[in-house]
Amino acid sequence: MIEIRNLHAAIDGTEILHGIDLTIRTGEVHAIMGPNGSGKSTLAQVLAGREAYDVTEGSVTYQGHDLLGMKPEERAQEGIFLAFQYPIEIPGISNTYFLKAALNAIRKHRGMEELDAMEFLKLVKQKAALMEMDDSLLNRPVNQGFSGGEKKRNEIFQMAMLEPKLAVLDETDSGLDIDALRTVAEGVNRLRNDRNAILLVTHYQRLLNYIVPDVVHVLMDGRIVRSGGKELALELEEKGYDWLREDYHPSEAAH
Amino acid sequence: MSGTTASLRDRQAAWFRSAFEEFERSLNGETGRPFHQRRREAIAAFADSGFPTTHEEEWRFTDLTPLAGIRFALPAPGVGELPEGLGIPSGLPKGIVLINGGFSPAHSRLPQLPPGCRIESLAQVLARTPGDVEDHFSRTAIQGENPFAALGTAFTRDGLFVSIPPNTVVTEPIVILTAAAGQTSPALLHPRLFVSVGDNSQVSLIQIFAGAPGQQSLTNALCDIVIGDGAVVTYDKIQNEPPEMYHIATIRSRQGRSSTFASTSVTLGGALTRNTITAVLDGDGAEATLNGLYLGTGGRLIDNHTAIDHAKPHCNSYELYKGILAGRSRGVFNGKIFVRKDAQKTDAKQTNKNLILSDDAAIDTKPQLEIYANDVKCTHGATIGQLEEESLFYLRTRGINADDARDLLIYAFASDVIDRIPHPGLRAGLQSMIHDALQKER
Repeated sequence: MIEIRNLHAAIDGTEILHGIDLTIRTGEVHAIMGPNGSGKSTLAQVLAGREAYDVTEGSVTYQGHDLLGMKPEERAQEGIFLAFQYPIEIPGISNTYFLKAALNAIRKHRGMEELDAMEFLKLVKQKAALMEMDDSLLNRPVNQGFSGGEKKRNEIFQMAMLEPKLAVLDETDSGLDIDALRTVAEGVNRLRNDRNAILLVTHYQRLLNYIVPDVVHVLMDGRIVRSGGKELALELEEKGYDWLREDYHPSEAAH
Repeated sequence: MSGTTASLRDRQAAWFRSAFEEFERSLNGETGRPFHQRRREAIAAFADSGFPTTHEEEWRFTDLTPLAGIRFALPAPGVGELPEGLGIPSGLPKGIVLINGGFSPAHSRLPQLPPGCRIESLAQVLARTPGDVEDHFSRTAIQGENPFAALGTAFTRDGLFVSIPPNTVVTEPIVILTAAAGQTSPALLHPRLFVSVGDNSQVSLIQIFAGAPGQQSLTNALCDIVIGDGAVVTYDKIQNEPPEMYHIATIRSRQGRSSTFASTSVTLGGALTRNTITAVLDGDGAEATLNGLYLGTGGRLIDNHTAIDHAKPHCNSYELYKGILAGRSRGVFNGKIFVRKDAQKTDAKQTNKNLILSDDAAIDTKPQLEIYANDVKCTHGATIGQLEEESLFYLRTRGINADDARDLLIYAFASDVIDRIPHPGLRAGLQSMIHDALQKER
C-alpha cells in the first residue's frame, strides 16, 4: 500500500523527521507510538500533504505512485484520509454540505457518477447510524460547537463516508472518555477490511486495546527506534519510553 | 492645493447650476408646484458644498476626484428599453422596473396588493397629489442632507412612491429593478424611493441596481422609509451595476414605537460605491437591523457609512457588515451609533468582519459611538483576517480541490449575512452571483 523510505521533513528550517522507513501492506493496521514532540503528527501531516512541511530527503510510494508529488486533494481522491488530531471548525458550511462536496469530488475523480440528494442522504443515515452520530450534528456547521468527543467521532464518520484505502488516524483517542473511545474504536474496526490499511498515531496504549494493530512502531526524535508486535505497546505502557531512549542514545543516558 | 480644489469646486458648482437650469426648462409647467421650491433649495445647498473631498471626515477614505470632472448627461427617466446583460439575481419574481430613475409601466409587473396600498410613479404623485410627498418630507424630518441627497432632491423628477395603509400585510415582496439603460453615457441618474408604511403593517422591499455593461454613469439613489408604530419592514438592496459605474446611495429610515426594520445591503458591482444609511429609532421599543455584505474585486472601492440614531428608550439595534476584498479593492466601513440622552436601556451591537484575499486589498474600518445616556449596552467589534491555511488544508484532505475549497470558505464567511435575507429566491440568486464573481477573480 505505502512505502516510506528515508523520509526527512522540516518546518521553518527545523528538521523534525530524520529518516523514516515504514512499509504498510494492504489489510494491515500499524500503530505509531512515541512521546510528545517525537514527530508523530508531523509524519501524519506530511503523508496528507501539508504544504507547511518541506520534505528534504527520501521518498514515499503509495500504490506505485510518487505520493510526495501529489497535492493534498489528489491524495484524498486516491484514497488517503487523515483524521485530524484537532479537527478544524468551519462556520457557515454544514456538515452534510461539506461531506457531499467531498464525496462527489472523490467520486468524480474515480469516474463515478455524483450522488443525488436522495442517495446521499441514504448513505449519510446509514453511516451515521454506524458511528452512533446524533442527527443534529449533521446539519450543524462543520465541527462548530462540537465537543471534543463529537469532533473525533465526526472524523471517523467522514472516514466511513469517504471509504479511504489508507486512513491515518492522528491521536483519535486523545480527549475521549472511555465510552466515546469504545464507540470510535468500534467504528474504525467495522471499517477495517482486507482491502484497506490503517495507520494509528497515538501517545497512549489504551486505544490499542480496542483497535488491535498488526505492527507497533516507536517513534523518537524523528526516527523509528523500534518495531514489533502488539505486545510492544504493552511493554511501553509498563516501562515508558525512556528505556528506548537509553538504547538509542547510550551516551546521553550515562548521566 | 486648496486653490485647485476650490476652482474645481467652483467649476463643478457652475456646471451643476447650468445643468439644473436646463433641467428646469425641461420641466415645463412643473416649476410652479411646491416641490420645485425644494429642488431650488437643494441645488443651492449642493452648489455651496459641491462634491465632498477627502478633507471631510465623512469622506476621508473615498476620493471622488474621478467623478468630479465628468460632464454627465441627464437622460429622461422612465424611457427606453431594458438593456441586455443586466446582472439580476435569479430566483426573484418579476417586479417594478425603474429605467434611468423613472418608473416604466411597460416593463413593470405590480405585485398583488391588499386594498389601500399604493405603488405609483413619483412623477404622477408629484403631479396629482403633491401633498403626499410633502407629508413624507415633514415626517422624515430630514435635516442636514448630505450633498448627494441634496443633488438627488434637486434633480428629482420621477421614482417610486410606495404607501401601505395601517393594519395591512403585504405578503408578496415588492421587487424594484433599478436599471441604468446606458443610451447616454456617462449619465447621472436619480432613482428615488418614498416608502411609507402605516401602523402595524408589514412589507418587504427588494431593490436591485443593475445596468447596461460598459457605461460610466453615476447612480445617485435616494430611499426614504417612514415606518409606523408596530410595523415590520425589510428593505434589501443589491448593487450589481457594471464594473465601470459609480454608485452613491442614501438610505434613511425613521421608525415608530415597537416597529422593526431590517435592511441588508449587498454590494457586488460598480467601480465606486458609497452607501450612506441612517436609521432613526424614533419610538420606544423599536428595533433596527442593518446588515451588509461587500465583495471587492478588481480595483473597486466600496464604502459603507451607517448611522443608527437611538432617539428613544428601549430600542435595540443590530449591525453585521462583512467584507470580502480581493485584487486591489478597498473597503471602508464606518458605523456610527448615536444614543441620545433619553434613550435609556438602549441595546446596540455592531460587528464588522473583513476577509482580505490579496496583499493589495485593504479596509478602513471604524466604529463611532456617541453615547449621552447612562444606562445602555453598546458593543462593537471589527476584525480583519485572511483565509486560514489550516481550514483550506482540512477541506483539501477531504478531496476538495484548492480553488473550490477557497470558494467554499469565502462563501461560508459571507453566509451569515446572506442567511438573514428573508427571500429564499434572492438568497439562492446571490449565492450564485458571488460564486460567479469569485470564479472571475481566480
